[in-house]
Amino acid sequence: MASSLDELKTAIRKALPGLDVVIAWTAGPDALSHAPLFITEEADVARIEWDPRCSQNLAGYLPGLRGKKAGIVAKGCDVRSIVELLQEKLIDREDVVIFGLDCQGAVDARSARAALGSSRGVRDVAIDGASVCFSVNGEPRFFSPGEVLQSKCFGCAGADAGLCDHFAGERGLPPQFGNPPESTLERLEAMDMEERLRFWETQMSRCIRCYACRSACPLCVCQDHCAAQSREPHWVDQTDHPREKLMFQAIHALHTAGRCTECGECERACPMGLPVMTLKRALNRRIKDVFDYQAGIDPNQTPPLFEFREVETNIKEREW
Amino acid sequence: MVMPTARYIAHDKLMPWLLGLAEGRRVLAPVREGGKTLFLPLREDSRLDLRGLADDSAKAALLPRCEPLLEFHYAKTAGVPSRTTLEVREILPGQETFLFGVRPCDARGFTVFDRVYDAGTRRDIYYCSRRDKTLVAAIACADPAETCFCNRVGGDPGGSDGADLLFTPVEGGFTVEAVTERGGAFLREQALEEADGKAEEAREVREAVRRAMPEGPSLDGAPDEVLRLFDDGAFWESVAAKCLSCGVCSYLCPTCYCFNMTDESNGNDGVRVRTWDNCMSFQFTLEGSGHNPRNGKAQRMRNRIGHKFSYYPKLHDGNLACVGCGRCIANCPASMDVRAIVIQARSRVLDKEEYANE
Repeated sequence: MASSLDELKTAIRKALPGLDVVIAWTAGPDALSHAPLFITEEADVARIEWDPRCSQNLAGYLPGLRGKKAGIVAKGCDVRSIVELLQEKLIDREDVVIFGLDCQGAVDARSARAALGSSRGVRDVAIDGASVCFSVNGEPRFFSPGEVLQSKCFGCAGADAGLCDHFAGERGLPPQFGNPPESTLERLEAMDMEERLRFWETQMSRCIRCYACRSACPLCVCQDHCAAQSREPHWVDQTDHPREKLMFQAIHALHTAGRCTECGECERACPMGLPVMTLKRALNRRIKDVFDYQAGIDPNQTPPLFEFREVETNIKEREW
Repeated sequence: MVMPTARYIAHDKLMPWLLGLAEGRRVLAPVREGGKTLFLPLREDSRLDLRGLADDSAKAALLPRCEPLLEFHYAKTAGVPSRTTLEVREILPGQETFLFGVRPCDARGFTVFDRVYDAGTRRDIYYCSRRDKTLVAAIACADPAETCFCNRVGGDPGGSDGADLLFTPVEGGFTVEAVTERGGAFLREQALEEADGKAEEAREVREAVRRAMPEGPSLDGAPDEVLRLFDDGAFWESVAAKCLSCGVCSYLCPTCYCFNMTDESNGNDGVRVRTWDNCMSFQFTLEGSGHNPRNGKAQRMRNRIGHKFSYYPKLHDGNLACVGCGRCIANCPASMDVRAIVIQARSRVLDKEEYANE
């Protein structure tokens, strides 16, 4: 992807004088995940990295930079978060410059570390058709995408280059992975209600209540005033019970229903590997059925739960 | 007391031996659960995982995520219905525990807690009661990760600080050595074979891993530098810019020990619980008035770094409140690096001094 990277750097160099900051990725402390880089000087541009290790969605930083002119480097899925932020008027279009990128998949650092045994010696990662290749101490090691990529990548719709101010690389076609691994949602749908509850109780018993799922969510706008930690009123019990932790996940999912673009940050951030995006995917499916709506596609569309219509096309309340 | 000689246990004998111990006490060990390696009570069907560092630290063995401190009950008096009485019942932990498979960094983390929770006249009965009833068996590292840095914070990948027993991987199994008198007394009661020549092999394994550790400048000796940056808002803001204010770093940390207390009531009954707290959270040190002396993430980051590398060492003979396990680095959703921040703080102070001298 060297040529995309050069294209990106050139575009950022050119735009930087008119911007307060550009958010991109640079080499991180761990060889399997690149870190955010806040660029304010041209010298920083040389440090930009772009490869499948650029996993973090940087869109979540934008609301905090409101009022400044900010550039942001974004994969196709990240652009959807930016669009949703625009739809919700949490950021201003004229203050944001989007540098879109053609992405062929993003590494899940923890799965990759487990697959490789260690992150030591990893120099490069490339995705080529049906396999992901890590260069470890000069030796190539191949894995299937399902082993080492983020689960969101298997539902990728590609990048909408038209929404970006600049676009580097090919025109954003989604990657072709062949058979996607079975999703947690599919597994849950095969279970009865009792089994589903047991599934979630087992999962949530691992939760350490770090709230990384919430903090990493680009659309969790309450952040410092989250119901989970509010003492007055005391919404959520602090005892270490899976039910209380699941209660918080239910709050999170309901707050993001019809807003969540399934960017996967909640799951990427979770240190316990909890499949918490599943709840959001389940609600998004309902939103799609009822309102024929998908979040983060059209910046000019109003999200269905943000408006009141006297008559809804798919809710037949007057005909019963 | 004379320490017992080193013993040896073969790989295939380990699990049966641990399950034998679990008959009389709780055995906590790193086991696979939901794709993670976590310290959980060992059962017959547990999948023991001794590769590398576990995903969580073992601190919950001594400082549970949520610890009930007392239970209370309101009751109406018979004669005067408007008057209520309050009954309070103390809850003390009492379970004998064998904590197996912590790495030397995790075991050393307990010494950070000991200085705070078991400090002369200020003894926390909940912590001390657990500590007294827990035997800590550490395993010397043989496979340091890229994010490991115990050697840069005064630790040792083959060290035994904070542990009662030290296991070392050797050909075919582990050697077992007693570190404390308690560990010695325990080891003497175990029917394990003598290590003989394997003790020397174990020493070599520990020596080899010291050489295999990723290199880098030492991170101790920076308490004054960090303190001198206390009012350098620009520095802390730049350092904290990418922080998401979640609690991953603190909650996976084997040395973070801050807590919160909450009363959880249900009708007339309730329980007072002590839960983990973390200084990256907005609610940390939030006062009743609504004022928070650490109002932004920059101030909170300053507290995290300051506490670990300046305030704590100044109070506790230069010992850092960081043992270099690297979990905060490997798991931070924004790829923050505590090592880099301390190094940056140092060079920032040096730059300022040079500027002042010019």
